[in-house]
Amino acid sequence: MADLRIDFAGIKSPNPFWLASGPPTNTAGQVMRAFEAGWGGAVWKTVGEPIVNTASRYGGIDLGPQKLMGFNNIELISDRPIEDNLREIAEVKKRFPDRAVIVSLMVESRRAAWHEMVKRTEDAGCDGLELNFGCPHGMSERGMGSAVGQVPEYATMITEWVKEVAQTPVIVKLTPNVTDVARMAQAAEQGGADAISLINTLNSLMGVDLETFAPRPAVAGKSSHGGYCGPAVKPIALHMVAACAQKVKIPISGIGGIAGWKDAAEFISLGATSLQVCTAAMHYGFRIVEDMTDGLNDYLDRKGFASLGELRGRATANVRDWGDLDLNYKIIATIDSGLCIGCHLCYVACEDGAHQCIEEYPGATSEKRIPRVIEEECVGCNLCALVCPVEGCITMREVSTGKPATTWNDRMRRVQRESGVAYTPSLWGSL
Amino acid sequence: MGLVNIAPKLAPEGYERNFAELSPRLTSQQALTEAARCLYCFDAPCIQACPTRIDVPGFIRKISSANLKGSARLILSANVLGESCGRVCPTEVLCEGACVLNGTGAKPVEIGRLQRYAVDYALDRGLRLFERGAPNGRRVACIGAGPASLACATELAQWGYEVAIYDRQALAGGLNTYGIAAYKTRAQDSLREVKMVENLGVRFHQNVVVGRDVALAQLEKNFDAILIAVGLGETWDLTLEGEALGGVIGAMAFIERTKTLPFEQVDVGRRIAVIGAGNTAIDVVTAARRLGAEIVYLIYRRDENSMPAFAYEYELAKKDGVAFLWQTQPVRILGNNGSVSGLECVRTRTLGKGRSAHVEGVPNSQFVLEIDMVVKAVGQRPVTDFLGDMRGIEIRSGQVVVNPESHQTGNPKYFAAGDCVNGGKEVVDAVAEGMRAARGIHQSLSAKKT
Ligand SMILES: Cc1cc2nc3c(=O)[nH]c(=O)nc-3n(C[C@H](O)[C@H](O)[C@H](O)COP(=O)(O)OP(=O)(O)OC[C@H]3O[C@@H](n4cnc5c(N)ncnc54)[C@H](O)[C@@H]3O)c2cc1C
Ligand SMILES: Cc1cc2nc3c(=O)[nH]c(=O)nc-3n(C[C@H](O)[C@H](O)[C@H](O)COP(=O)(O)O)c2cc1C
Ligand code: SF4
Ligand code: SF4
Ligand code: SF4
Repeated sequence: MADLRIDFAGIKSPNPFWLASGPPTNTAGQVMRAFEAGWGGAVWKTVGEPIVNTASRYGGIDLGPQKLMGFNNIELISDRPIEDNLREIAEVKKRFPDRAVIVSLMVESRRAAWHEMVKRTEDAGCDGLELNFGCPHGMSERGMGSAVGQVPEYATMITEWVKEVAQTPVIVKLTPNVTDVARMAQAAEQGGADAISLINTLNSLMGVDLETFAPRPAVAGKSSHGGYCGPAVKPIALHMVAACAQKVKIPISGIGGIAGWKDAAEFISLGATSLQVCTAAMHYGFRIVEDMTDGLNDYLDRKGFASLGELRGRATANVRDWGDLDLNYKIIATIDSGLCIGCHLCYVACEDGAHQCIEEYPGATSEKRIPRVIEEECVGCNLCALVCPVEGCITMREVSTGKPATTWNDRMRRVQRESGVAYTPSLWGSL
Repeated sequence: MGLVNIAPKLAPEGYERNFAELSPRLTSQQALTEAARCLYCFDAPCIQACPTRIDVPGFIRKISSANLKGSARLILSANVLGESCGRVCPTEVLCEGACVLNGTGAKPVEIGRLQRYAVDYALDRGLRLFERGAPNGRRVACIGAGPASLACATELAQWGYEVAIYDRQALAGGLNTYGIAAYKTRAQDSLREVKMVENLGVRFHQNVVVGRDVALAQLEKNFDAILIAVGLGETWDLTLEGEALGGVIGAMAFIERTKTLPFEQVDVGRRIAVIGAGNTAIDVVTAARRLGAEIVYLIYRRDENSMPAFAYEYELAKKDGVAFLWQTQPVRILGNNGSVSGLECVRTRTLGKGRSAHVEGVPNSQFVLEIDMVVKAVGQRPVTDFLGDMRGIEIRSGQVVVNPESHQTGNPKYFAAGDCVNGGKEVVDAVAEGMRAARGIHQSLSAKKT
């Protein structure tokens, strides 16, 4: 049994799985049920001056029969009075002293307002604070949420205000709606943040009703851009977590499309310490955490990792600039004729969408319709293997080029040595 | 019918339960889920396995994209009886048998049901997906209103031909209306498709026997080309003693009753012997059981493995509790007061292998089954006598001989398609042939100077 406990900037939790700030953490009743189900922590639904929500608020995108591949919302922060929230937070903490109770805050951008809110929240007994600099809709129009998180100077400043009074660790939650998220992470770190969490939701419009032309989610025939999340955003979140992990030293709480232990392990390997989940809990309920802890445990055991610390950041260093990738590494597609079912998706994908290196009917008599990779032509792009519906049927096989590893940056450095012209990897102008 | 020992009638709801659709219409949710299973293969093997070459991945993708009208149009442009075919095709040996998902160990995509789902969308709403072409002044007569003619007429009408169909039955549709098991399709389902063809301006002349009520010479005079699509007739006689007794009936006549009368008016004996083991025999035994017959024997002179019926049809009969007597041959029908009372049979043995191996009776193996009804299901006989032998239309072992591309017969004015050409296959084959014949007619008439 591996050790799943974490110490996140001083916040202790029996496992890394926290509910993200959102509808599942709206009330004490929900959070306590979640803790009973096994969640290690919860970030309370963002507390602030109560707001009014719309009907409807959520939109979804399905992929075939898979519901909610992507999910969005135009809901605001908590619609409940601050006192009610704080009283319930105290109650939960009392009943579950071993779990992490973090409170998400969003206050108007005045120093005194933040000071007052931080003190009141900490008085309730929470383990930490999360500053919501990320909400992309509604609140940002009022100068809060991502309006703060998109301007590094504001983010630094408000973090500083909070840190002036905070007794518990301060997490800054980042918005992905920026060009360089690592820059925002650094701004938070600079303001004294103890940790960051990301990602909040992405700006999005879920669709348009083609009969009424009401965008979704519709409110009396109209809509507004909302926050996108769920499985579809995971790759974006992974990239952003990795980018931040390379730029800041403070711990990271990974968020975005996490629904299972594998997602969690990927985030951790890219540098996350804790994980937050919203959409998956909204979709399937709190019970999903059982398999998350179970699966993560077995995975760590299988890899021989005694604790999460041994997994953390294992993949971070493998995320590199394109210019650092080996240009002499060669793989080619190989079809397992025993597994091939003859759908010819690999053929049409390569023929129309890649490099025309699959023969559809090799040997006119091919009874089983097994296509053939023209190995001399294959550029090793992966496309056929990605479209093949049979697991393990197309594998990408490494072949030796007989040449030593070399990268674009190596080449440019060589050019520089030979020509004396300076080479700066990130600037096109110098090439 | 001269039946004496009629099986007791069921409660009214019993009939609808017994003849309820085996494979009901999909709900939209089911259709979307099933459509999502299709891989959208390139150059898909399911298309090759369909005699009418329906673009299966194409129409399934349109179901997924909520373009049901487009899906129906794609299906019907390849096969105007796409709805029936979706219900009645032996998909296990056609499109679904070729689906690549079989290779993964998963069930194939339910192509037939999806096909029916898409076409039902259009039929339910009476959508007009095709228009008749601007009249080209040419006229074609089709003999028989079955699938082959319907397919041919649909094509020709869209190209501007004036098409008249002559059929001896009261209702159009051929065996699609009169022959196919009621738990697959009902007469009114077939008639919805006939209506589609009628909407293209094709004129139906029902209750007309060509060769009796209308002379071929007259058709020749009034039409530029003639399609022979008369299908097949009643099953062959057994040529046994006692065949004229009350309670002995041909499979086609029996099945036709199940398709045209209210079920409670179709009398069956308590104990029935059905002779033959093809798909038609299966339809008879399952119908008989579902109508209340207590003991139903299926009697076949070869063994189980030589049975011509499709495997899943056989399974159906087994589930219906039919008793199979393999290697058994009837030798005499016994009677009492003019009605069937028993069937005398012998055991047989097969010399050699395969469906054409010689079969002989085993000496001294006679036994008698006590039964009240005998249904003959030993293969349908041709109905092409009316063509005579003066016209240059060759008939070989009961099948009209045609050029396989154009479906033209030895007489250039005559074309032929469907069961009367192929000896009895499926609806989808008749449709494919009818469409080929339409192209053949079009080519032949276009080449001719007016
Ligand atoms: C019992 C049974 C069950 C079947 N079940 C299936 C099934 O489940 N699935 C499947 O795909 N196929 C099935 N078939 C086969 C299918 O019905 C036929 O292949 C198909 O109907 C052939 O179409 P057709 O147009 O060639 O002939 P038919 O459908 O037989 O139509 C021919 C028409 O011509 C008319 N006719 C004949 N002579 C004359 C004349 N002289 N003048 C005017 N009209 C004339 C006939 O009355 C008939 O209406 C079944 C067949 C039978 C017998
Ligand atoms: C309906 C809804 C409401 C949310 N409300 C908040 C909120 O009040 N405060 C906040 O910081 N994040 C909020 N989020 C963002 C989530 O905490 C999380 O960052 C995001 O949904 C990505 O994670 P996921 O893919 O697991 O859902 C909300 C998300 C959803 C779907
Ligand atoms: S995609 Fe895979 S299963 Fe399909 S033809 Fe290619 S190798 Fe075979
Ligand atoms: S073979 Fe099966 S999976 Fe492939 S296109 Fe046809 S129905 Fe779809
Ligand atoms: S017509 Fe019949 S064989 Fe052809 S695709 Fe449809 S169900 Fe399959």
